[in-house]
Amino acid sequence: MSSTPSLWRRPFLPARILRWPSGKATPASAVYEHPLIVRYCHWLNTIALFILAGSGLQIFMAFPSFGPKIPQHDLLHVPPKLALGGWLGGALQWHITFAWIYIATGLIYVIYQFASGNYRQFLFTSSDIKGVWPMARFYFFRGEKPPAAESYNALQKLAYTFVVLLGILSVWTGLVLYKPVQFSGLAWLLGGFHLARVWHFAVLWLFVLFVIGHLIMVILHGWNNFVSMITGWKRNPDYLP
Amino acid sequence: MVEPTNNEKLAHHLARRDLLRLSPLLLAGALFIPSVRSKFITGGLGVGDWLSEAIFRRNHLAPTFSTSELTPFDQFPLNTYDVNDPDVDFDDWALTVSGDVARPGKYSLAQIKALPLQRQNTKHICVEGWDVVGRFGGARVSDFLNLVGANTSAKFLYVECADDYYESLDMPSALQPQSLLCYEMYDQPLTREHGAPLRFSLPTKLGYKSAKYLTTLRVTDVIPQKGYWEDQGYSQDGGI
Repeated sequence: MSSTPSLWRRPFLPARILRWPSGKATPASAVYEHPLIVRYCHWLNTIALFILAGSGLQIFMAFPSFGPKIPQHDLLHVPPKLALGGWLGGALQWHITFAWIYIATGLIYVIYQFASGNYRQFLFTSSDIKGVWPMARFYFFRGEKPPAAESYNALQKLAYTFVVLLGILSVWTGLVLYKPVQFSGLAWLLGGFHLARVWHFAVLWLFVLFVIGHLIMVILHGWNNFVSMITGWKRNPDYLP
Repeated sequence: MVEPTNNEKLAHHLARRDLLRLSPLLLAGALFIPSVRSKFITGGLGVGDWLSEAIFRRNHLAPTFSTSELTPFDQFPLNTYDVNDPDVDFDDWALTVSGDVARPGKYSLAQIKALPLQRQNTKHICVEGWDVVGRFGGARVSDFLNLVGANTSAKFLYVECADDYYESLDMPSALQPQSLLCYEMYDQPLTREHGAPLRFSLPTKLGYKSAKYLTTLRVTDVIPQKGYWEDQGYSQDGGI
């Protein structure tokens, strides 16, 4: 019997850590939190997400309603400055093209995270539940800062796990809108083409909420945190003793 | 031949890594060049069309609906691109068939109606995002292609319409058993504004593929144009 645990159960290996003397009592340090492939997927996916949102709004403007075509009641009108593509046909070209980039980077990201074991950095599990409230109290109600033990706290894990699920939902609803007949089974699970349009639109606004929250958190966590998604290295992380 | 030093190897390695690292920025920058941008996004749409053709299953049926789910006839939208009624002379009308067929010539509505009538409640989905369920009746495109002796290994059907609209349809989709040469809606003869006397009803395609007021049909490997909307930027496949 081999004693090697399965890939799924292999314990999470801590990231590379550098320490160098700084003259202070504790040595300066840096942790390699985000491998190149993760950073690469993160930024390409970010570009794709913004283009998908802008072109998606332009597509929506062709029929800005979720009701019947006759009589048509418009739900809202998108300011032209937020829309991308100029007209429906142009917006569809942007949207379909960047959907491939979005799907490819999303897939590579998820496959890499799970294959490398790095997923433990962000996957929210039952053991993280107890950490949610103390973190929320710290962020929103001036509570005391809970001690950090790993690179992401419970609330961050919750957000990043949620956004991966949101990404899957965005692709699922998008595929159903793109090919409702070829993927009629997937369409049926969403309640059909008509409702899939509602879900796809809801996904957009959940992404907007995520991006706002994500930017607030990045600002709260400071410059070193932001730099880590560019260089991979986080300097002087608060979770190292 | 001088072996590159370790430093040179390192520099080369770094250059490639840096290029890879900067590729998201390079991509974003390239999109500000209009000709690159246009090629890139029409290319991406083309990838979708290529995938659509690859996954298309000729015998996979579009969902059908019960009578209670039908959109009332007076709420079935008219999305003509120019006129609702191009004044077709019904007495003189015939579908002119040409190209890769054994029996080219003019086909009357009576000849098309002599083919088995198929009635179906299917969803008509517009590229704009709205969808309606309509009841359509007519002859299967595949039966008509059989009647005219079409070479079904040809790539396209190319049709022209009385209102100057034109369309292309790939052969696998034309042969899908729900693809109709439609002359009935809601069990009544097709009205002028819905495309009388003959239109396509294609449940596996977006609405713009279901051309109205058909006048000519050509079976061919080479199409002169992709279609009225496709030539302006919509997907050529238009499959759903």
